[in-house]
This record gives sequence, C-alpha cells and structure tokens, in this order.
Amino acid sequence: MKWPLVGVMVTATVLSDLLQSFEMKRAGEQSVGARGLIRLLKMIAQRRFLILAIVCMAFSFFSFMALVQTEPLSFAVPASAASYILETVLAKLVLRERIGVQRAAGALIVLAGVALLGD
Amino acid sequence: MRPRLLRTYSVLLLFIGLKAAGNLSLAWGMTHLARNALANPLFYLGAMLDPFVALGIVLLIVALLARMVLLSVADLSFVLPVTAVGYVLAALLGKAVLHEVVTRQRWLGILLIFAGAALVSFTRQKTTDGETSK
Repeated sequence: MKWPLVGVMVTATVLSDLLQSFEMKRAGEQSVGARGLIRLLKMIAQRRFLILAIVCMAFSFFSFMALVQTEPLSFAVPASAASYILETVLAKLVLRERIGVQRAAGALIVLAGVALLGD
Repeated sequence: MRPRLLRTYSVLLLFIGLKAAGNLSLAWGMTHLARNALANPLFYLGAMLDPFVALGIVLLIVALLARMVLLSVADLSFVLPVTAVGYVLAALLGKAVLHEVVTRQRWLGILLIFAGAALVSFTRQKTTDGETSK
C-alpha cells in the first residue's frame, strides 16, 4: 500500500502547488497585512483552481498521515521530497518559468538534503 | 536592498517562522494527548480542543496564506527550495524544545538544504510576467 500512498501524496502536492502558483501569478502581487489576508480568503472562495488546490492539499496531508502510520518517517520524508523535482520540471513546462543552471542545481542540492533528513 | 526584494524576503521569513511555530505547537499539543487513542478518528476532533493543537492549526492556516502571497511575488521554482530552510528550523526547534535527537546524517542534510537554498536565492525571484490584479 505504501507506493500508491506515495503516488497520491506526490501527485496531490504537485497539483496543489501548480494550481496555487498559476492563480497567484494571475492575481498579481498580494500583501500579508490584515486587509490583504481577508482579500486572499475572499479570492480563495471565488477561484475554482484555488479551491481545488486546497482539496489537493488535504489529499496530500491525509495520504502523508496514512503513510507515516505504516512506514517510518525516514521513508515518508524523502518520498515526499520527490515532488520537488517534478514541480520544478512542471514549473518550467506548464508555468513557463525560466529555470537556469543555478536554480536547477540548487533544487537538486536541496532534494539531496531533504533525502538525508529521513535517516 | 530593493523594496520588492525586501518584501519577498519579509514574507518568506514570516512564512518560515509561522510554519515552524505552528508545527511546534501542534507537536507539543499532540505529545501531551493520550497515545493509545490515535486510531480513533474522533480523537483528532477532540485534539483540536487542546489549546496548543488549536494554536498550531491557526498558525499553519496563516502560514498557508503567507505562502500564497509569496507565490504572487515569486516563481514556484524559487519558492520551493528557499522554503525548504523550514526543515532546518524544524530540526533545530525539535532538538531545542522537544529534545529530539539530530544525527550526523541529519546535520549534513541541513547543511545541504542551506547550500541549495542559498544558491537558488541568488537567482531572479520572478521570471514570468503575471497579469495584474483586477
């Protein structure tokens, strides 16, 4: 059961982040003040992709919880980091972000670091 | 430092701080609840009445909103590696407050996360031109 759970967790995380990033790019610069956060909450209620992103986040959270009930954290944490690479690739392909050598190398080093956290 | 860059890093620090404080509060609250009740779904609803668990949930919701603000000013491929610094803070707080053991391998992981995040932080925070808000 562990690989289907990893699959659900990674897919849901990737989808959630892509949808959030897509909508927030469209929305333009937001702020973290009280008014800004209220505006953001209203925006979440109005934009279907943001609602879907939160649903995906819930799937990701509960599949992670289910995973750590049967597998050690030393497996679950590095497995969840697999989404880093997938998201970086999709950020380039879907969101049209420019990922240079430096950013790609940095993401790979972070991935290695996260994998080591699950000892 | 340019105002926009300063703003991005302020939101980034806010997000990392809120997430670390939220997780710590949640972990602190959960460790004080009965362990043998973890299999019962109603236990999780009851756990939300614990002040530390409730505070942790509120902090994590605000952290989620701060991350969305961050995604409005920076690329996803920029936000992902730099926010991984939160893992470092979680390990340090786990050691200092919850007295968790941090092994040598974990310290090496922390060092790599710092190095990777630093490398990414020197790239342009936004490489796409988003539409302006309505």
